[in-house]
Amino acid sequence: MRYSGFKILKEALSGHKGWTPAWRDPDPRPQYDIVIIGGGGHGLATAYYLARQFRQCNVAVLEKGWIGGGNVGRNTTIIRSNYLLDGNEPFYEFSLKLWEGLEQDLNYNAMVSQRGILNLIHSDAQRDAFMRRGNGMILHGADAELLGADQVRREYPFLNFDNARFPIKGGLAQRRGGTVRHDAVAWGYARGADSHGVDIIQNCEVTGFRIENGHCKGVETSRGFIRAAKVGVAVAGNSSRVMAQAGMRLPIESHVLQAFVSEGLKPVLPGVITFGAGHFYCSQSDKGGLVFGGDIDGYNSYAQRGNLPVIEDVAEGGMALFPGLGRVRLLRMWGGIMDMSMDGSPIIDRTHIQGLYFNGGWCYGGFKATPASGWCFAHLLATDTPHDVAKAYRFDRFRRGRMIDEKGMGAQPNLH
Amino acid sequence: MIINHPLLGPCDAQEFTYLGDARLIDRPDGMADGAEDVFYDYAYLRDNPAGQHRELWFHEAGDRSWLVITRNTLTHEIISVELARDVARKQGRSL
Repeated sequence: MRYSGFKILKEALSGHKGWTPAWRDPDPRPQYDIVIIGGGGHGLATAYYLARQFRQCNVAVLEKGWIGGGNVGRNTTIIRSNYLLDGNEPFYEFSLKLWEGLEQDLNYNAMVSQRGILNLIHSDAQRDAFMRRGNGMILHGADAELLGADQVRREYPFLNFDNARFPIKGGLAQRRGGTVRHDAVAWGYARGADSHGVDIIQNCEVTGFRIENGHCKGVETSRGFIRAAKVGVAVAGNSSRVMAQAGMRLPIESHVLQAFVSEGLKPVLPGVITFGAGHFYCSQSDKGGLVFGGDIDGYNSYAQRGNLPVIEDVAEGGMALFPGLGRVRLLRMWGGIMDMSMDGSPIIDRTHIQGLYFNGGWCYGGFKATPASGWCFAHLLATDTPHDVAKAYRFDRFRRGRMIDEKGMGAQPNLH
Repeated sequence: MIINHPLLGPCDAQEFTYLGDARLIDRPDGMADGAEDVFYDYAYLRDNPAGQHRELWFHEAGDRSWLVITRNTLTHEIISVELARDVARKQGRSL
């Protein structure tokens, strides 16, 4: 069923009796060409591009719970491509371009809103670093604009410009950045994949891999064995747990990141802002809530909830930047589990086991990467070669010293 | 989280910084044969379990001791706290 304004009008006049489920609920078949483990944003996007772009017609997505119930439903919905390093920037710019055409492509309203993202500058050294980053972005075809303090003041007059310790000296803006309705991304990809024949199988937990002579033959699941020529794993947050079933140890630690939403307000915050002196970022949802977050808690966790010191730290960052925030009540907060990799960058690669492929290590930047991650993982699964913009995301980059370390923190996952 | 420090008693986890898996105590011998592979494992690969995890915490805003804490990563429950010095000594790594 195609969604359109005409369709809504027709249904409104006929009692909304013509809507059908957006995707099927099939039983697993005994065999597929490609099985994707993980029905989150990345897994569903992978399945969609496999079917639509790479013409794979025998694909299943296995999800242990319900689709979109993990990190794609627990993030702060920001999209951007403001990276510095060559291994990253072309990938994230490819992703941003896919976001720009996503709704037409999927025939689904994902509420992509290019309201702009602004990284604030508080010191001369930071201005130099951001100028360099902006130039790096422009060299890779992205947009970047360096703003002075007066320009920032015109757009965000309510910020604390004259903080004695961290005055706002300007900002690096990416006008094409913004926010997307996160759940709609999962649902839109699921509907698109399903309409191209992909089986989306929920409540189907993978309990093991069947590996014979170094070849992955399929997966053991809570709904029986499913044979597959290729298996792609896209379960960020739980990557180590799933890949341990294949006997692999990963360059990844799982950490909890908390996020927050305030009560609904009238429009106060036009774009996405990030505090350059602490770690705080904020945007306003279309429903009116201020959506914000900061650092990860910093210790290994699978608990999907964090502790109070980080909440205090985030609130302090918010108040330092945006004093009006103190009058706003917090509505809810939650935690998500991040695959924190050893250099802060992701992995999209084959494993040493034939037929087993891995996508993970997204740290806390996975949401913006969803379309490109899906496309590049689909490319790898379909053609057995890495996509041009994802060829740096290899497992062996740590062994070969080819880290993609945007923050220059070294092999310390809780600092990325 | 409240960490029951073996010397100081209960302390807020906020006083501590976190390093990672307590296996980092077992630093391999850089002069041994095959040290390159062993160091790759040591520096980059982690078990990252869901459940009990032994990990190194540093009492930065306290007595600056290193602790080995056994903690459940699914519930954040702290099961035991030892001085990292004692753990290293038991493994014959320290005088």
